[in-house]
Amino acid sequence: MSSRSATAVKRRVVAGVLILLSLVLITVYFREPAGGGLHGAQSAGATVLRPFEVASERVARPFRDAYGWFAGLIHAKSENARLREQVDRLTLLATQNATAAQQLADLKRQLHYVDSNEFPQDYEPVTTYVVSRPPSEFQQQVGIAAGSSRGIRLDDAVVTADGLVGKVSQVAHSTAQVTLLTDPNLKVSALDVNTQAIGLVGHGEGLGTLTLDRVQKSQVLKPGDPIVTQGWKYGPISSIYPPNIQIGYVNGASQSEVDLYWQAQVTPRVHFDSLRTVIVLVKKDRNLP
Amino acid sequence: MRLSLVEPAKAAALVFVAAILQVTIFSQIDILGGYPDVVLLTLMGIAFLRGSIYGAAAGFFAGLIVDTANLATLGVSSLLLTVAGYWIGRYGETTGRDRAHAPFVSVAVATILVQLGALILHYMLGDTVSAQRVLVDALPPKVALNLLLTLPVYALTRRLLALAAAPERATEVRLLG
Repeated sequence: MSSRSATAVKRRVVAGVLILLSLVLITVYFREPAGGGLHGAQSAGATVLRPFEVASERVARPFRDAYGWFAGLIHAKSENARLREQVDRLTLLATQNATAAQQLADLKRQLHYVDSNEFPQDYEPVTTYVVSRPPSEFQQQVGIAAGSSRGIRLDDAVVTADGLVGKVSQVAHSTAQVTLLTDPNLKVSALDVNTQAIGLVGHGEGLGTLTLDRVQKSQVLKPGDPIVTQGWKYGPISSIYPPNIQIGYVNGASQSEVDLYWQAQVTPRVHFDSLRTVIVLVKKDRNLP
Repeated sequence: MRLSLVEPAKAAALVFVAAILQVTIFSQIDILGGYPDVVLLTLMGIAFLRGSIYGAAAGFFAGLIVDTANLATLGVSSLLLTVAGYWIGRYGETTGRDRAHAPFVSVAVATILVQLGALILHYMLGDTVSAQRVLVDALPPKVALNLLLTLPVYALTRRLLALAAAPERATEVRLLG
């Protein structure tokens, strides 16, 4: 065999083997359970890679902060006026809420009301930072720098100070994957705080947008209404999300004669494209529903 | 023997750094709905300068790191980047290596094909994907950003690989005329 054809054969064999290996990896990974060998190896690999990701994130952070600082200056004046107005309004609301909360606690005590897990007192917050971002338009997951060693388990709810981020979808020893609320496969039972309308929040058509679906037409939705997690409980099963975590507010709603439900757009409170720190809500007592 | 180990080690280090930077930094640079893919750009540089075998191997390795770091389905990125690396390497070996526009052409074509391939692959795996979002919203800015970064990344890759050894020459294609 001439050296020319030998090189060609070698080239094709290498490419063929690597493609075959990729297909085998996809097949095995796709078919095996979450605790399978490949998942375990990936988990170990992710743990090894984490220090590099953390270092890279730390190097990039000052530059990102500087950019954010200058970008923030552009809108600072108009934002300041808007926030002052908001502070006045929220101060009034906070006073009213404090009174209502006190009344609620008294009533619950008097009625011996049996409640589900409450947020945040029944949860141990694990605050961690985001080490990796969605690598492509196909994925709506981020990697976080805490895993099973910190008590994090599959399906734990993830929040920020602004509201619900998503849920833990994969856990390794010292890292975990969080599926964002903008992922097409994630739905959250939600509640309109003002009208008590119940529906399912899922991804929207645009980037970083959400929709509220399955809200019956007999219920009322109004633009500006805050949407929170419903946190339902039905017999022994319950929602993985505690109730009353903020999700967003209704941006608009529409219906047609053929639709059974409202179609509402929800503007999320969380900025999914600039997540840096998240809080994983770890149940204090795993035995509780 | 020593040289033959240094070259793959350099390429592996380059791919590793590019993958980590992609996962932690470049994935969140959102400009008009898209972001640059430095893994693909680095892969282009390596495959272009070192040939199809290097390209395929570097693509497989890069995909493995990206999928591992993101806890994504193992093998998906490897498959796409292996094919991309192999194709860019062949393009460099046969026609494009000496042409100034070749890196840009290969980056544009590879970006589009990888995006299309990823769309098909994710659809086959049962993921919910929006063709409009992937092909209409994200692809044009991604191609533009990748083209903008082609020259600096290619120059950097070329410098780091240092061209110590002569690149593989064309072995199969005979130019006529």
